[in-house]
Amino acid sequence: MTDLSHIRNFSIVAHIDHGKSTLADRLIQETKTVADRDMKAQMLDSMDIERERGITIKANTVRIEYPAQNGLTYILNLIDTPGHVDFAYEVSRSMRAVEGSLLVVDSTQGVEAQTLANVYQAIDADHEVVPILNKIDLPASDCDRVAAQIEDVIGIDASGAIRVSAKTGEGIIETLEAIVHHLPAPKGDRDAPLKAMLVDSWYDSYLGVVVMIRVMDGVIRKGDRIKMMQTGAVYGVDKLAVMKPKMVDIKELGPGEIGIFTASIKQVRDTKVGDTITTEKKGTDKPLPGFKPSVPVVFCGLFPVDSAEFDDLRDAIEKLALNDASFSFEMETSAALGFGFRCGFLGLLHLEVIRDRIEREYDIELITTAPSVVYHIFMKDGTQRDLHNPADMPDLTHVDHIEEPRIKATIMVPDEYLGDVLKLCQDRRGIQMDLTYAGSRAMAVYDLPLNEVVFDFYDRLKSVTKGYASFDYQLTGYREDNLVKMSILVNDEPVDALSMMVHRDRAELRGRAMVEKLKDLIPRHMFKIPIQAAIGGKVIARETLSALRKDVTAKCYGGDATRKRKLLDKQKAGKKKMRQFGKVDIPQEAFISALKMDS
Amino acid sequence: MPEDWENGGFGLYIHWPFCQSKCPYCDFNSHVAASIDQKRWAAAYLTEIDRVGALTPGRVLRSVFFGGGTPSLMEPEIVGAILDRVRATWPTTNSIEITLEANPTSVEAGRFTGYRDAGVNRVSMGIQALNDPDLRALGRLHTVKEAYRAFDIARGAFDRVSFDLIYARQGQTLDAWQAELREALSKAVDHLSLYQLTIEEGTAFGDRYAAGKLRNLPDDDLAADMYEATQDICGEMGFPAYEVSNHAKPGSESIHNLIYWRYGDYAGIGPGAHGRLTFGGRRFATTTPLAPGAWLDRVEKTGTGALPDEGLDRPDEATEFLLMGLRLTDGVSLDRLSALSGDRFAPRIAALTDMGLLEQRHGHLQTTDAGRPVLNAVLRELLSD
Repeated sequence: MTDLSHIRNFSIVAHIDHGKSTLADRLIQETKTVADRDMKAQMLDSMDIERERGITIKANTVRIEYPAQNGLTYILNLIDTPGHVDFAYEVSRSMRAVEGSLLVVDSTQGVEAQTLANVYQAIDADHEVVPILNKIDLPASDCDRVAAQIEDVIGIDASGAIRVSAKTGEGIIETLEAIVHHLPAPKGDRDAPLKAMLVDSWYDSYLGVVVMIRVMDGVIRKGDRIKMMQTGAVYGVDKLAVMKPKMVDIKELGPGEIGIFTASIKQVRDTKVGDTITTEKKGTDKPLPGFKPSVPVVFCGLFPVDSAEFDDLRDAIEKLALNDASFSFEMETSAALGFGFRCGFLGLLHLEVIRDRIEREYDIELITTAPSVVYHIFMKDGTQRDLHNPADMPDLTHVDHIEEPRIKATIMVPDEYLGDVLKLCQDRRGIQMDLTYAGSRAMAVYDLPLNEVVFDFYDRLKSVTKGYASFDYQLTGYREDNLVKMSILVNDEPVDALSMMVHRDRAELRGRAMVEKLKDLIPRHMFKIPIQAAIGGKVIARETLSALRKDVTAKCYGGDATRKRKLLDKQKAGKKKMRQFGKVDIPQEAFISALKMDS
Repeated sequence: MPEDWENGGFGLYIHWPFCQSKCPYCDFNSHVAASIDQKRWAAAYLTEIDRVGALTPGRVLRSVFFGGGTPSLMEPEIVGAILDRVRATWPTTNSIEITLEANPTSVEAGRFTGYRDAGVNRVSMGIQALNDPDLRALGRLHTVKEAYRAFDIARGAFDRVSFDLIYARQGQTLDAWQAELREALSKAVDHLSLYQLTIEEGTAFGDRYAAGKLRNLPDDDLAADMYEATQDICGEMGFPAYEVSNHAKPGSESIHNLIYWRYGDYAGIGPGAHGRLTFGGRRFATTTPLAPGAWLDRVEKTGTGALPDEGLDRPDEATEFLLMGLRLTDGVSLDRLSALSGDRFAPRIAALTDMGLLEQRHGHLQTTDAGRPVLNAVLRELLSD
């Protein structure tokens, strides 16, 4: 065990690409936690997707031993948190597990929306925050301006901000000293009953479920019988370790310490982030505050392009769900797309990550249907139901009213793009809540319906601001609005996978955009094809895809027979990638592309 | 009962792979070479005629076609030597058609009587356009004036003369094409091939198109209008279409090309030449090395230009029979279709007939006027599982 006064626990708050992972690598390297020959970039990001996208999805931890300049050796526990809004709850739990944060800001860029959301989480968790101005080796670095911005926008003292180049190593020692001297030591009672927070968990193919914990009070030892207070399940601790960042076994973890254990837990689903772990006997009866079950907020259908791959898809989804408790799924049947799954995600990034992993790790091509949020449908008979899929919308005559989820969106943008951003938010039914400036950057806060954001809001935002805007959001609650289900009919047949919930006032616009897009996306057939958007029985937009008029090979002689035959055989295989609706073939990419709005 | 191929007849294709320059739209097996040892090439062709002749003894030859490349770069003596060997190898019909493709330049026109004396009785000239800027854009080496001069020489030398035009060119309007086509028809002897410009991958045009630099190509609707106008004008002026891109005075259709479209047997000689030959009721696809040097080498060193044959199964044959035959205005024989594939296509034929794209007439399955311009789509539908 380590004396509490010699422990410091911290996280790093940063916007994507501001250098969080590089700084973590440098801290690990400087303290010789990992031998130089074993160093690789982004030590803490283990999944390919994490490394590739430069994002952190799972929390991770590393224990660093630092001999400080005062002659004492300190244990520094870094928790690397997910940085994305989709994982806001997970971030909040990680924040509760440490006492301080390093706020890393790129000194060539300045504060971004995501930095704000995470730093507020840190402040909410009563952290000491040490500002770090990174990338001082770059010519565009402007530390004074960025320090002033940190004080203006975030409202914390940045006069002692440490100037660092995680790339060259400059300022790393100063950072380690600041951790020791500016961050508080953890508190805790070694003699009290065990109280540990479940920070995160993941599946390891050798060890099974690995649980990361922060001990608040008491001691956990190998062999202990422990209890998860939310689920009531009891397990025996098989392995107890700290991460350096390789697992190193340890006999016990006391107050203030961070480590991992395994306990023959079968599924990640059995572990709840934020749960309190205590001993089976003589345990505490007071769980740590703030636990929330994870609730998916965005749903979409995932269907295999090749319907023969349905079983493979089920297999892939079940395997992924083993390691991701926040991802939900149930079988779905679509008249258009056949068998697939309706899946729930914490947000859009989460959706993309899961979809990418299925396509990449399991090599299954997917059709993804329009993402939808969860609507609350209030029926005339007084009952209420959740609608995850527009295809399940009940008959309107039985519906009293519908509520939709709203978010508070924070957007930071250089002021030359502000006009376009405000227009985008306005077009998406946004209500402005705040608009402030810090230097030449504006911060706009909007109350927006989540359904206007789930599909392509972020893409549009990036496009109208040439990538300079940053965006973050949090769910605020539900509100009634005039929502309707819009159906799309192709050649007079409704295509369920294209139906969507829209605001009545936006329906014509969306319907028009959809049918125009589809007209371009569906290849011409040998007959003309009406494409319509309808609400109930009423058509609100219509386009006609005219019949194919010319598709014939100009020259075809004796030497062309083989090539033409093989081409026809190949097209036969290609046709399997199209979905047939009545007599019409719709290419798979149409299901997503049709939903993208140009404004 | 005759074998299936006998309904289509038997012809010989000879590929001469060289050109003076490569046209930017052309994806044929053609090459520009500094010097060609024509005697070596002639010997190789004769070796190949002997080899194929031994495989197909007694078959009655209906046609010989010198294609390329630019066969009008061949010395007339060599054409003569080849045709002498052909006549010594197979019995021929009285009306045997012997076609040679020619570029309409003055140099080549000077060889026309030589070809006639060697036995050629039909030329097919690549005129391509009737205005000089478009000829230059198509990478052609001749002018309109030169083409007409060569064409007049050809008419003097041969009873049967065909020429090619390419339409739906960059910037071409419907009116301009109609006017050009009428002018062409006023000059035509008995046959015209009218090809819509197709941008093929791996050609200079293909590269330019992919880079977004091939502008002002007619869109699908204009191209369709041009095709329809072509059918109307040619019909009205006595040159009805007998195939998607080919028009002739009735009775002057190309015997050789009809063998392909009627899915007969044909031997292919020369680099990259394909053949279809039936032995014991099974049809084989034959091929040879594509590169001129590789072919010549193989023939000289091994005595054969043939690469391993591909045996076609019945479904392959049915596919080829339909994809070639439905190009013809006459279509395909329903008896032959059912001999190849039973009634496998019956439901699809019925559906496409309901859609007004196919029809049956005099025991033949044909595309309608509406179906022929979308033949690729008709075939995809017809041949889908």
